[in-house]
Amino acid sequence: MQEAIIAEGLVKTFGDVRALDGVDLSVPTGTVLGLLGPNGAGKTTTVRVLTTLLRPDAGRAVVAGIDVLKHPNQVRRSIGLSGQFAAVDEYLTGRENLQMVGELYQMSARDSKARALELLEWFNLSDAADRPAKTYSGGMRRRLDLAAALVVRPPVMFMDEPTTGLDPRNRLALWEVIQKLVEDGTTLLLTTQYLEEADHLAHDIVVVDHGKVIARGTADQLKAQVGGERVEVVVQDRDLIGTASEVLRGYSRDGVAVDKHTRRLTIPVQGGAKLLAEVIRDLDARGIEIDDIGLRRPTLDDVFISLTGHHAEDADEDEQDTHASGGKSGSGGKTAAAVPAAGDSGKDAA
Amino acid sequence: MTATDTTTVVPKTLAPKTRGGVAQSVHDSLVIAKRNLIRMMRIPEIVVFGLIQPVMFVLLFSYVFGGSINVDGSSDPKAFREFLMAGIFTQTVTFATAGSSAGIAEDMTKGLIDRFRSLPMARGAVLTGRTIADLVQTALTMVVLVAVALLVGWRIHEGLPKALGAFGLMLLLGYAFTWIGALIGLSVRSPEAATSAGLIWLFPVTFVSNAFVPTAGMPGWLQTIADWNPFSATVQAGRVLFGNPGVSQSDAWPMQHPVWASLFWSLLIIVVFRTLAVRKYRSTTA
Repeated sequence: MQEAIIAEGLVKTFGDVRALDGVDLSVPTGTVLGLLGPNGAGKTTTVRVLTTLLRPDAGRAVVAGIDVLKHPNQVRRSIGLSGQFAAVDEYLTGRENLQMVGELYQMSARDSKARALELLEWFNLSDAADRPAKTYSGGMRRRLDLAAALVVRPPVMFMDEPTTGLDPRNRLALWEVIQKLVEDGTTLLLTTQYLEEADHLAHDIVVVDHGKVIARGTADQLKAQVGGERVEVVVQDRDLIGTASEVLRGYSRDGVAVDKHTRRLTIPVQGGAKLLAEVIRDLDARGIEIDDIGLRRPTLDDVFISLTGHHAEDADEDEQDTHASGGKSGSGGKTAAAVPAAGDSGKDAA
Repeated sequence: MTATDTTTVVPKTLAPKTRGGVAQSVHDSLVIAKRNLIRMMRIPEIVVFGLIQPVMFVLLFSYVFGGSINVDGSSDPKAFREFLMAGIFTQTVTFATAGSSAGIAEDMTKGLIDRFRSLPMARGAVLTGRTIADLVQTALTMVVLVAVALLVGWRIHEGLPKALGAFGLMLLLGYAFTWIGALIGLSVRSPEAATSAGLIWLFPVTFVSNAFVPTAGMPGWLQTIADWNPFSATVQAGRVLFGNPGVSQSDAWPMQHPVWASLFWSLLIIVVFRTLAVRKYRSTTA
C-alpha cells in the first residue's frame, strides 16, 4: 500500500456554499500532510469526509486501502481522530474515557483496560487517571483526547488543529508525540493555522481556499515558488504604521503586509542590501523610528499571503487602492502572523 | 514521555474485526448505558430533581384535589388518592423523557459525538444506551414514589405479581416515550430548546387522559381521544392490576383490554420512533 490517504474530486455543498469544490490529495504511507488554509477554507470538511463523519456529494476517498464511502465501518477500525475540541466525556475519568473508547473499538474489556493504562502513562496522566476529565486543565484534556484517538494504535491519524489554543509548552510536547507516532510509521493528516507547525511537522503541504486546492508541495518548494526576499520593518510608534506603509509601498509592486499587533510591515523586494539602506534612509527622513529592520528569505507566511491574497485582490479593489494590501483576506482574521494592511477593517491579528 | 513501541514498521490496528449484528448492538449499547449511568452518579442533582417533581405531584394532587373529585360516586379523599396513583406513576415515567430530550440534544452539541461517530460501533448504540440508562433512572424514581404513595394511603389489592406487572407496563411505556423524547432531542439543536420542547407535548398527552379525573365528565369527543390515548391504556391497566378504584367503564377497546392495549401501544411506539430517531441520528452532522 503506497498511499494511506487518497481523496479525489471531493465536493460538498452546504446550501449555497461549496465547502469542498473538487479537493484532490494523497498522503503516502508513513508521511505527514499539512493541510493549510484560512478559516472556512474547507480543511475541517475534508477531515470530516475522510473520517466518515460526512458524506461528500461527489468524489472518492480511500483511507488505509479501504473505500470510505463503501465501507465506512472498516475505515473506522483503522483511523484515529483528534479534533480541535477535546472530544472526551467530562464526567468520566481519564481511565473511564479511554476504556470506553477501547470497548467501542470492539476491544475486549481486559485489553481496553491494559491499553488505557499504557496510554495514561505515556501521556503523563497517570496521577489524574481517576479524576473526572472536567477537573483537567486544557492541555491535559487535549492529551486525553489524543490518547483516545490512539487507543487502537491506528495506522492513519487525522488531527484537526490539534494545537489551537494550547500554550507553547504544551504545543511542543504535542509535537514530540506526533513526531514519535510518525517515527513508528503512522500516517498523519494534520490541519493547522500555524504555519510554523506545518513547516516543522509536515513532509508535504496542501493549501486550500474556498474549497479548492490552490497549492501543494514541500515547504521548501512552496517558498521557492514565492521567491525573492523580504524587507521586514518593525516601527516603534503604532500611529505611524500608516505612514510607514505609504513609504514602503514605493518599493514594492506587490503591496505591503501589515501586522498592526506586532507593528511589523513586510514587503517583497529585489535588490538586497542596497535597497535596505534606501528604505532606512527614507523612513528616517519621514521621522519614523524603527525598532527592527532586516532582510529575510520568504517564510510559509509569505507563501500563504501570496496565495490566498490573490483571491482577495479581485474582490476588494477599493481597499487595495487605499492600503495596497498584499492580501486583505476574505479569509477571516485568524491567519496567523501577518494579517495584511486594510487597516481599519478591525480584522488584524486576531 | 516513555516510548511504548519502538518498531518502525507501519502499525497494525489493534481493533478487532467488527462483529456486527445484534450482539454488537447490545454490547455497544451497554457500554454507552454504563457511560450515562456513571454520569448520572456524578451529577446527583439530576436524580434528585427528577424525584422532587413526582413527589410534589403526589402531595399536591392528593391534598388539593382530593375530596373535590368523585371516584366511583364517592367523594372520599382516600378513594381519590388510590385512584390517583396509577395516573401519577404513569405520568412520572413519561415526564422522565424530557430529560432524555435535553440530554441527547446536549450530547449532540459536544465534540464527543464526533468521536462516537468515527468509531466502528453500532449505529443506534448512542441512543439505545441513553434510553437504557434513563430507564434505570426512572425505575429508581418509581421506587421512591411508591414509598411516598404508600405513605399517603395507596394500597395494592390484587397481589404483588399483578402489581409488578403494572409497573412493568408503566416502565415499558416510559421506555417507548423515551424514543419520542430522543427524536425531539435530535430535532431541536439546542439543549435549552430541547428542555421545553421535550416537556410541552407531555402535558396534553398526560392530561387528556384518565390519569387525574374520570373521563366520564369530559365532552364526548375529548373522551374518545382520552380513551384511545396510549397513556390512558397504561393507567387503566395499572388501576386494574393494583385493584384501585375508578376503573373506566368506557366501551372503547383499549379501556376494555387495557393490558393488551398498553403492550401494543408501547411496542408500536418503540418500533416507529426508534427507527425514526436512529435514522435522524445517522443523518445529523453535529
